[in-house]
Amino acid sequence: MTESIHTLQEFMFQTKGMCYLLALCFFVGIITFWRFLNRNDLDQDMD
Amino acid sequence: MSEHSTAVERPLFSPFNVIASLIILFGLWLTYLRFTGGLAAVSNLDHNNPWGIWIGFDLLCGVALAAGGYTTAAAVEIFGMKKYHAAVRPAILTGFLGYSMVAFALLYDVGQPWRLPYPFIISPGVTSVMFEVGACVMLYLTVLFLEFSPVALEWIGARKLRRVIVRLTILLTIFGVLLSTLHQSSLGAMFLLVPSKLHPLWYSPYLPVFFFVSSIAAGLSMVIFEGTLAHRNFHDKMDKEHLEASRRVVLGFGRGASLVLAGYFAIKVFGIAIGNNWHYLATNYGLWFMVEMLGFVALPCFLFAIGVRERNATVIKWAAFGTILGIILNRLNVVLICFNWQLPAEARYFPNWKEIGISVFVVTVGIVLYRFIVTRMPVFYEHPDFKEKH
Amino acid sequence: MSRSRRDFLKLITGAGVAVAVPLTAEGHDHFTGYPDSYGILHDITLCIGCRSCEAACNKVNNLPAPEKPFEDLTVLDQKRRTDENTYTVVNKYDVGNSSVSPLFRKFQCNHCMEPACASACFVAAFTKTPEGAVIYDPSVCVGCRYCLIACPFEVPAYEFHDPLDPRVVKCTMCYPRIIEGKLPSCVEACPQEALTFGKREDLIAIARERIRKHPDRYINHIYGEHEVGGTSWLYISGVPFEKLGFRTDLGITPAPELTSGALAMVPIIIGMWPVLLGGIYFITQRKEKMAARELKDAVNEAIENTQASANEVKAKALAAAKQDKEKAIEKAVEKALKEAAKQAKETKEDNGKEDA
Ligand code: SF4
Ligand code: SF4
Ligand code: SF4
Repeated sequence: MTESIHTLQEFMFQTKGMCYLLALCFFVGIITFWRFLNRNDLDQDMD
Repeated sequence: MSEHSTAVERPLFSPFNVIASLIILFGLWLTYLRFTGGLAAVSNLDHNNPWGIWIGFDLLCGVALAAGGYTTAAAVEIFGMKKYHAAVRPAILTGFLGYSMVAFALLYDVGQPWRLPYPFIISPGVTSVMFEVGACVMLYLTVLFLEFSPVALEWIGARKLRRVIVRLTILLTIFGVLLSTLHQSSLGAMFLLVPSKLHPLWYSPYLPVFFFVSSIAAGLSMVIFEGTLAHRNFHDKMDKEHLEASRRVVLGFGRGASLVLAGYFAIKVFGIAIGNNWHYLATNYGLWFMVEMLGFVALPCFLFAIGVRERNATVIKWAAFGTILGIILNRLNVVLICFNWQLPAEARYFPNWKEIGISVFVVTVGIVLYRFIVTRMPVFYEHPDFKEKH
Repeated sequence: MSRSRRDFLKLITGAGVAVAVPLTAEGHDHFTGYPDSYGILHDITLCIGCRSCEAACNKVNNLPAPEKPFEDLTVLDQKRRTDENTYTVVNKYDVGNSSVSPLFRKFQCNHCMEPACASACFVAAFTKTPEGAVIYDPSVCVGCRYCLIACPFEVPAYEFHDPLDPRVVKCTMCYPRIIEGKLPSCVEACPQEALTFGKREDLIAIARERIRKHPDRYINHIYGEHEVGGTSWLYISGVPFEKLGFRTDLGITPAPELTSGALAMVPIIIGMWPVLLGGIYFITQRKEKMAARELKDAVNEAIENTQASANEVKAKALAAAKQDKEKAIEKAVEKALKEAAKQAKETKEDNGKEDA
């Protein structure tokens, strides 16, 4: 599949697109993970 | 909260209201011209100079000067400098309004404003730095809205919703800083594409870093500057905590801004060394560069330091004002003044009065909204029903 | 890329991967453009400045008729650029040397191999086609004009007068004609054969051949072979290109390379900022908690101390006092206890504040 890319522009288009998709997933992921990591502390803080 | 403290009467026909209404009426007329005659009817933009003051001032300066939101929020919520807590709300408000005005100005600038969501829903041009800027500004506007929303929710008394959002404060702050880092720097990165058009003293592979670092100085200075103006106009709205904190904010932020400017000065010099552009310093552009660097970076940096050492708030406030002018100058240099320096003088850009009129109109709308909010909502004081430990 | 490596890549990218993402890191791959893409060679030594190409371009693109007709050569006395009604212009250059002067140069979009306009556009309105043409899709354009900013040759123009549907305009390399197998209009119209259409690689060979055969006639430079990563339009000339309004200071860095570093930082910041900022937050929070706990411990200790001494007092008093007075004493002790605790806490808090 690599050989179907002929220009740097096209390469960047593909790879950056993938990066943005991953970043989006990461955004959602980190929020969930943050809450998972800090569940106890958060509850304590609310007391 | 009209019964709060010693609220002064604000008459309907105050000079401010009259002038603001006139400007807004005038702005509406210019809006009509813009959307019936095209960009050419209200601006001096042309094929060689496709970006004018709407991008140079409203967008670039607007975003840089709205950096107070993320710097203050980061200082207080992440770095734990709770003593500046009273500065957070005004800074978030200015940030939110600043970015809203940026978006508002863009509606005039782009050819088909109704297509502004296209990059995200129809055809993402992910290779563009501008794509990233757009995505970040859009997300950050949402974050600022959420960060500010407790104020409005306290005002209307929606306790439950407020509680939910307040619980998210730290996450929102982290996202805010992240998005700001990205788009503040990317605004500089947009000009990485034009080494052949931007003067070498301003073009540098470090452009994104320059823009990011200077935005911190701009943000800190704006908090100080705006605090000064707010004191003059809305003193009656401020509670004891806010008034007591403001001196601490001026000193603390002044110290921070001084340090950041010193670093900024250094990396700008490194930038010249990296590009081996020393010889340009002896030209007219070099002179202009030195005016910017010495007069609007080094001088404010030094003034801040003196003000902090001597505990002199007045000097700090002047330094803040100088820094703000310096940031505006820098952004205008990059987009307009030192951009297209290869063109003959007659092909260069100068804004026409209608363009400036629309910029003034946009800023006025921002100020009017600011007044509306701070005279009604708990920005400079804590809402009596929602006092709590920080 | 070697055969075996390609096969290996194919193997591990596999059929299941929907997006063609090469596994090599940016910068390791070298992209040489679409093979067999077309280009146009403009031999400036042959151009007579007749403006036939301008007229042909105007016609094929249905552009409005210009103020002065194309036969009017006085137009050449001014340096012109492309605009919303003109995809190509011919400019006249006085180069001093009377035997060749004046010279004429046709100017239009150079159809870069790595177009800056495409790199800049945030709705990907520009496409470098395998045929070589860089084409523009007005249906997605937002009108931000970043492409005009980005183009190193100052080519694209914008319909600033159109309030509702302004577009970016530039030469299309006659893409619709190319895919029909026809020549670009301007090439077809040129009476001097100053314009040659063909495979870019062949054109470079032709240009080299001409330079080799006539070293007296040409300077040894094919403009567009390497400039900004190469362009599909190529130029050869008898005088240095900067005398003909070409910029020779553009370098050979393709546009996407200029921003790739900054764009590569984006995912790093997205990934690391939450870690960094979250970490700082934990540290400050912990400090605060420790401070609070220390305060609490100190208070508790003080309370315990007073309680201990109070107990002693109580025991003594109990022993000494009579049964019926017990209740009264107990009350008194309780009161004293509260007082003491409060006092201790206050002094401790004051101390704490001063410390802070
Ligand atoms: S010359 Fe300009 S408009 Fe044409 S492809 Fe290159 S960057 Fe794009
Ligand atoms: S003006 Fe249109 S084509 Fe040009 S960069 Fe903006 S959206 Fe893309
Ligand atoms: S290639 Fe076609 S569009 Fe481009 S200048 Fe020639 S005639 Fe005009």
